[in-house]
Amino acid sequence: MNAPFYKFNYFNSDISLVVAFLIGIGFGFALEKGGFGSARILAAQFYLSNMRVLKVMFSAIVTAMLGVYFLGVIGWLDLKLIYMTETYILPQALGGLILGVGFVIGGYCPGTSVVSFSTGSIDGLMYILGAFFGIFVFGEIYPLISNFYNSTNLGVITLPEVLHLPYGMVVFLVVIMALGAFLLAELSERKFAFRNPENEK
Amino acid sequence: MESVSKIVSDLFEKDQEFVEPKPKPYSDPYLVGIGLGLVLLAAFVIMGRGLGASGAMSSIVAYGVNSLAPEHASSNDFYKEYIGDGTTNPLKDWLVFEVLGVLAGGFISGTLSGRIRVRVEKGNNISKKKRLLFAFIGGSLMGFGAKLARGCTSGQALTGGALLNFGSWIFMIMIFVGGYLFAYFLRRQWL
Repeated sequence: MNAPFYKFNYFNSDISLVVAFLIGIGFGFALEKGGFGSARILAAQFYLSNMRVLKVMFSAIVTAMLGVYFLGVIGWLDLKLIYMTETYILPQALGGLILGVGFVIGGYCPGTSVVSFSTGSIDGLMYILGAFFGIFVFGEIYPLISNFYNSTNLGVITLPEVLHLPYGMVVFLVVIMALGAFLLAELSERKFAFRNPENEK
Repeated sequence: MESVSKIVSDLFEKDQEFVEPKPKPYSDPYLVGIGLGLVLLAAFVIMGRGLGASGAMSSIVAYGVNSLAPEHASSNDFYKEYIGDGTTNPLKDWLVFEVLGVLAGGFISGTLSGRIRVRVEKGNNISKKKRLLFAFIGGSLMGFGAKLARGCTSGQALTGGALLNFGSWIFMIMIFVGGYLFAYFLRRQWL
């Protein structure tokens, strides 16, 4: 076991902030390059005409998932030391639903709004201010909703555990599912090409 | 005479190109996805944690509330989690630095591709004012929803998705459900 490096004290917490900044640069660079600084391209995902959100997200998930899996199999990366949030079924389902509605109304998610703002988008800035406001509202009413927030807790739990399948099998199924989704995305982009904002220029 | 005017107009065209360079097209989404996946994998391997965005915004909000009304903030468990015990600045946080990096990375890519432009992104059938209002409303919902779900598209869907975290997959599916359910009502804004 050699990784995660930070958990084996290869460097201290001050250095970890430098690492954070560098990883953030990679993250922001990739998002911008992929077209995620544009609200119209992001929103077009929900009108089936531009499926970049799905394509980028699932190819990123598959890449990182395969990497974690194989580094774990050869015993180089200790998966137990990677931080995972606990599962809270109802708050996470409702949160996801609200987030999806916010996505199609605002045209961004938190990460992509930062990227769009970095390239000069005023609507990206408004979105960030809105997110601050939403978090503030959440904080103010937190004492009233903390019961719901902490309900239906299953602890740290993964898909292989829920499905009672081996880890490698779930990895394989996710890859197959992603390939199927890519195929559907390509077909859908062809069908709705007439309203794809990327084709306008 | 004709050739002269052609030369002039050619010059003018070149001039226009120079003043307003055409932005480069966006990169192939699958290649970008693999690149993003490698960045995420690097975060797992180096730090033992994934990416995030809304967490940094929460630190900033908690910092703001704590500066204006310290007693109010310290009596609230949500803010307290981000403020900590008071020995360190809440903005000296991993996700805050990561999001500063996202700002820099987006700016670098935008500069290299000629996409830095002060603008309001909107569909053809909506006014600027309304679009900005909608951006604010959407952001508010997103901020609230992300806190309820303990993360956003970066921290839950992407990071938890790659780790096969059960709650993250529920969350990710529900994002698409919410988006597609409401897309019809918002079609005037985007189409």
